Amino acid sequence: MPDELRTIQVTVNGTKYDRQVRCRKLLSDFIREDLRLVGTHVGCEHGICGACTVLFNGQTIRSCLMFAVQADGAEITTVEGLARGGQLHPLQEAFWENHGVQCGYCTPGFLLTALELLQRNPNPTEEEVRIGIAGNICRCTGYQHIIESVLAAAAKMGAKTV
Amino acid sequence: MAQKYLGQAIKRTEDPKLVSGLGHFVDDIKLPDLHNVCFVRSIHAHARIRGVDTSLAAALPGVVKVFTGEDCRGIGSIPCASSLQGLKVPHHPVLARNKVRYVGEPIVAVVADSLYRARDAAEAVSVDYEPLPAVVDPEQAAAPNSTFVHEEFSDNVAYVWSLVGGDVDQAFKDADRVIKQRMIHQRLVPAAMEPRGVIARFLPGEKELTLWSSTQIPHLMRTQVAIMLGLFENRVRVIAPEVGGGFGSKLNVYGEEALLGFISMQLQKPVKWIETRRENFTATIQGRGQVGDVEIAVKSDGRVLGIRYTVLADLGAYLQLLTPAIPTLTGLMLTGAYRIPNVRMDVTGVFTNKVATDAYRGAGRPEATYIIERAMDLAALEFDLDPVDVRRVNLVSKREFPYATATGLSYDSGNYEAPLKKALKISQYPRWRRHQVKERKKGRYVGVGVSTYVEICALGPSPAMPAGGWESATVRIEPTGKITILTGVSPHGQGQETSFAQIAADMLGVALEDVLVLHGDTGVVQYGIGTFGSRATAVGGTAVYGAIQKILKKGMLLAAHLLGVSRREVQFRDGKFFLKNDPTKSISLQDLALASYTARKLPPDFEPGLAAIYFYEPTNFTFPFGTHVCVVEVARETGTIKILQYVAVDDCGTIVNPLLVEGQIHGGVVQALGQAFMEEAVYDEIGQLITGEFTDYAIPRAGDVPWMQLDRTETPSPVNPLGIKGVGEAGTIGATPALVNAVVDALRPFGVRHVDMPLRPEKIWKLMQKETS
Repeated sequence: MPDELRTIQVTVNGTKYDRQVRCRKLLSDFIREDLRLVGTHVGCEHGICGACTVLFNGQTIRSCLMFAVQADGAEITTVEGLARGGQLHPLQEAFWENHGVQCGYCTPGFLLTALELLQRNPNPTEEEVRIGIAGNICRCTGYQHIIESVLAAAAKMGAKTV
Repeated sequence: MAQKYLGQAIKRTEDPKLVSGLGHFVDDIKLPDLHNVCFVRSIHAHARIRGVDTSLAAALPGVVKVFTGEDCRGIGSIPCASSLQGLKVPHHPVLARNKVRYVGEPIVAVVADSLYRARDAAEAVSVDYEPLPAVVDPEQAAAPNSTFVHEEFSDNVAYVWSLVGGDVDQAFKDADRVIKQRMIHQRLVPAAMEPRGVIARFLPGEKELTLWSSTQIPHLMRTQVAIMLGLFENRVRVIAPEVGGGFGSKLNVYGEEALLGFISMQLQKPVKWIETRRENFTATIQGRGQVGDVEIAVKSDGRVLGIRYTVLADLGAYLQLLTPAIPTLTGLMLTGAYRIPNVRMDVTGVFTNKVATDAYRGAGRPEATYIIERAMDLAALEFDLDPVDVRRVNLVSKREFPYATATGLSYDSGNYEAPLKKALKISQYPRWRRHQVKERKKGRYVGVGVSTYVEICALGPSPAMPAGGWESATVRIEPTGKITILTGVSPHGQGQETSFAQIAADMLGVALEDVLVLHGDTGVVQYGIGTFGSRATAVGGTAVYGAIQKILKKGMLLAAHLLGVSRREVQFRDGKFFLKNDPTKSISLQDLALASYTARKLPPDFEPGLAAIYFYEPTNFTFPFGTHVCVVEVARETGTIKILQYVAVDDCGTIVNPLLVEGQIHGGVVQALGQAFMEEAVYDEIGQLITGEFTDYAIPRAGDVPWMQLDRTETPSPVNPLGIKGVGEAGTIGATPALVNAVVDALRPFGVRHVDMPLRPEKIWKLMQKETS
């Protein structure tokens, strides 16, 4: 069973994929190895650090805690899907402007977590951002510039749909 | 030089790829026929290995080969670069034979065609252990009846090291009071977000071994791996691609690097190993790990006459690259920012059945700062003085620089009063003191903590370093006028691709976009030392400066020749060489570069091309400083700590990019908060790491940390021409005591004078269950 192959259909960043995967393969490994989208990073493989966060049918999930076969029929957004037509997403711009990035390993997870947060709450307070991103670990920045980045992105995006 | 970029908050050139998920970390590199390596690691802290059965594993599908310690006898010992007198250096094999000495020590390496199959095969390996008593507690380790971690030695003492300055005994005779306190610096897990990882590829035709490794020191690693494997150093290439944080944990040469190289050579296949988080907790070095007794000799006005520190350093089972050296850094900085003429430190480094300790952000200096800053508060408490006044009585004044410390250092420059004054003003310190008194009456416990730290950075002059302390840079003006910098440092989040470009762009009068900074590839970059010890900008940036100076000097010669004048008549500014007395006669750097490469009209004996290499040897360390003020309230009902205010005023010399400096301070303060309040590598009595995952080891998250109010003073260092001091570790050094001092201050009504870190709620709650005084 774990080594059994199944065919799944997933849409990742707007592209449809038909792939055979082993039942035991984690979604994070499928995204990274099979789809070669290596922007999704794996930091702990037990769902605690949030580095592997992706949007799964519009909601954040830890891709290290799911099997690829569970994603059959799902729509997924990874960090590579944020920029459009060579134009960075306002969140990406804000992380750049406000030095929300140091080593960059946790960054993709933070971006997708922040995206979901702003979709739910387009005008968050500092405290709401803190709570909203508290599920992700960053060891470099001390979070302050990440919080400033998210607040700046919220301001920039204004009333526009995220 | 024009200051278009220097000192400006320039956003990083590194970031577009990182925010897009397009950077390449080790695990993102794909090679054809890449195989995966998985380790079987010891489940015991101390055991004899009676046998290893790999037959089941070897028969599993996809498994290529299984390696044991016996197969790797030819690989040299994992290196320790420290050379303290009398140091016992145990053999440190890449895979354990006969005996294991810590949980997580690798025993078997399995190679398979996929990660999943390699993991299955590792599960199928059976190791027959005979468990032995584990030496866990460093005090037990030092006891004469202890079990030996290494049977070949007569005890567990790896070394004894002392530092003496002045006349300590006399100081203690002259004191009005002697204050003693035991202080524990718990072991910490560096936990970089990207675990370690190695890809090794041996090309039999070229006889070249390439290692992609998540490291802070690619060149030192190349040298050491070549030695371990008996290869020519110039046939080994180490590449540090994007590196996802290090904090000292990647300032090392681990067994996996040489072993993966060996496996690739044996199998003639590229192989990869990516550390799991559990491996990262159990088998990558940990930080701190000191248990010490502090004594200070104090006069009733708060003057500290002398300090003694007697400490056991918990080294772990083996010596990694700098393991024994870390506590010696504590000794050097023991007198802090104060005029304390008498000092003595005695370190006993002991082996324990735990993973090695080594450099973790601050590396020995946070311990020193914590000790002296806690001691200042203890002195204040003893004589009922304001902790700020005690500091003021002892601070080295700005007229005393360069200041010779009793520990043998020369503090380069400073004005310690300036950040103190600024921090107290921003914090509104007197207001908090009044608030504290009022709140206590209401049964609310507010505390104020101050730390006036100094740190030692820009490591360092080579005579004081185990493997050279200089740094290198090559600067090339390419034929099209673009600038390429090859730096020997190996940034992994600090942003030197940007800050070095700022230095070069201003010096050469070009646009920032025209400068490319390359690093972390021994096949591309000249030998360098790497990134650690807050050295990259102060030492590596100065190397860039020196290389550009050389280029400009050479450029002057060519410019004079092309303009048909003597060298003395030419000047360089804003990207142009021009005649002093007629600036309209000029040649741009770009045209000059092209002329140097086409080489049709060169002065006699002029080397074509426009590039220079510079190795910068610092004459001294640098000594950044600052004041951190923290205000907390502790809840009696729950023992939880709420930070009401955090102010950090730091002076790291000349600032190249304030945005990056802020980022370093923020990150450091939060790691300090982790140590002060949350983090601890807890081993049980049989040597099992019971905080071995993120589930059990609490790392600060966004909701745990305060909003930090930062400010700065800027006192240039006279050590290097740019005046840079360094800032990478200021946070973990300066903040820890401010945080702990604040909490201890809040607990004063409960008769508390000291609490050991981490200040977890249960500990605080217990202390608050008695009546207040």
